[in-house]
Amino acid sequence: MIEVRNLYKNFGRLEVLKGINNKVEKGEVVVIIGPSGSGKSTFLRCLNLLEEPTRGEVYIEGKNLMDPRTDVNKLRQDVGMVFQHFNLFPHKNVIENITLAPIKVRGESPQQARERAMQLLNRVGLADKADSFPSQLSGGQKQRVAIARALAMNPKIMLFDEPTSALDPEMIKEVLDVMKDLAREGMTMVVVTHEMGFAREVGDRVIFMDEGRILEEGTPEDIYNRPQNPRTKDFLSKIL
Amino acid sequence: MNLDFSIIKPYFNIFLLGAFVTVKITALAVLMGIVIGLFVGMGKLSRFWFIRMLCSTYVEVIRGTPLLVQIFIFYFGLPQILGVNIPEYPAAVMALGINSGGYVAEIIRGGILAVEKGQMEAARSLGMSHSQAMRYIILPQAFKKMIPPLGNEFVTLLKNSSLATTIGFSELTRAGQIVAANTYKPFEPYITVAAFYLVMTIGFSRLLGILERRLAVSD
Ligand SMILES: Nc1ncnc2c1ncn2[C@@H]1O[C@H](COP(=O)(O)OP(=O)(O)OP(=O)(O)O)[C@@H](O)[C@H]1O
Ligand SMILES: [Mg+2]
Repeated sequence: MIEVRNLYKNFGRLEVLKGINNKVEKGEVVVIIGPSGSGKSTFLRCLNLLEEPTRGEVYIEGKNLMDPRTDVNKLRQDVGMVFQHFNLFPHKNVIENITLAPIKVRGESPQQARERAMQLLNRVGLADKADSFPSQLSGGQKQRVAIARALAMNPKIMLFDEPTSALDPEMIKEVLDVMKDLAREGMTMVVVTHEMGFAREVGDRVIFMDEGRILEEGTPEDIYNRPQNPRTKDFLSKIL
Repeated sequence: MNLDFSIIKPYFNIFLLGAFVTVKITALAVLMGIVIGLFVGMGKLSRFWFIRMLCSTYVEVIRGTPLLVQIFIFYFGLPQILGVNIPEYPAAVMALGINSGGYVAEIIRGGILAVEKGQMEAARSLGMSHSQAMRYIILPQAFKKMIPPLGNEFVTLLKNSSLATTIGFSELTRAGQIVAANTYKPFEPYITVAAFYLVMTIGFSRLLGILERRLAVSD
């Protein structure tokens, strides 16, 4: 589903990704952990070209992202993204946030898009907030709307960049629950998060990144209970 | 002191008409400025250095030279090159509009930059093209931030439009000149002109304040 070969990313002279190789299978849930500044977000953002890789190759369903003939806007419809700070559109209400892209990008009729949006809102437990504006929602509610917004494009892959780290503790669960449901339904997910409970419950694989490299990967069990790399051990001892 | 404001009374309609013309050319010029400013302001954020340079040059030239000189170039200078005279009315509106474009460009650029970076990223991640993201997500939010400075620009231009008097265009200040010449009394007519400007600028600022408060509520 996703294949990354020898991926490098520089910001000016700063080398942030130093040769990443990985493969994510269909339906797999991959959790990325690692210290701040290790390049987790940058890696994730290379997967939908919010950052342009400096060199290397990224394939999404066999399509090479670096090929200039690849239609980036088309590709992004298949790859949903959820951000740490939600990034809801503040001038649009909840339903408009969700239906805008389906209507404008995929050409769905407003009615069709609205029906689908209501289904999604039901699924994330926010049907009663359809007409609210983002500013009227709590953090957890905002993030659930953001997930619904991404799902409205029927993506094949979902990327999450620390979806719960801007939330108050009591709201983390409601967002993780939605993500767990999604994982159990077979969505292919790449999630940057330090929520170990989530990783253990639905994660198939945990990747530890440090200084732009993947230092270790394995099942949640292996990584959390029997980390091999001293850097992984050191990192886990700090966050646990 | 022999002030006598009753001499104004017979000419009141001239002032009123002048004020109307002033508001009209200001509104037209600001509209023109917004259209120019939208392109130039976005052009300054372009990916292409050539477009960026072109738009920056426009802004530098407009903001770095006196409006009066710009008006003269338009009204007196251009006919020499084009071979046709430009009547005062279009000359005044165009000179003011092109001038305003330079200032509005900066307002628009500032408004776009003030929209959080994550908004563009969220829009693009949903598959929107750059121009769709601009149109549906960035610009609507940017415009909200631009309303106060655009209001200021309108007030500035309203006052600056008095410079159009120098090419003989009949607006509010010109009305004062005419009345002063007819009555041989300059003080009262010019005070009246000033009062008209003041009422318009204060009135407009108030309206703007109400609009801003309305918009703030919807945030
Ligand atoms: N647009 C950018 N321009 C310049 N440097 C950047 C940019 N984005 C990220 N960086 C740098 O790249 C490095 C990796 O950043 P990245 O955001 O990928 O780390 P991260 O692992 O997600 O960290 P965190 O846990 O803090 O989110 C950091 O040193 C950061 O300062
Ligand atoms: Mg990050």
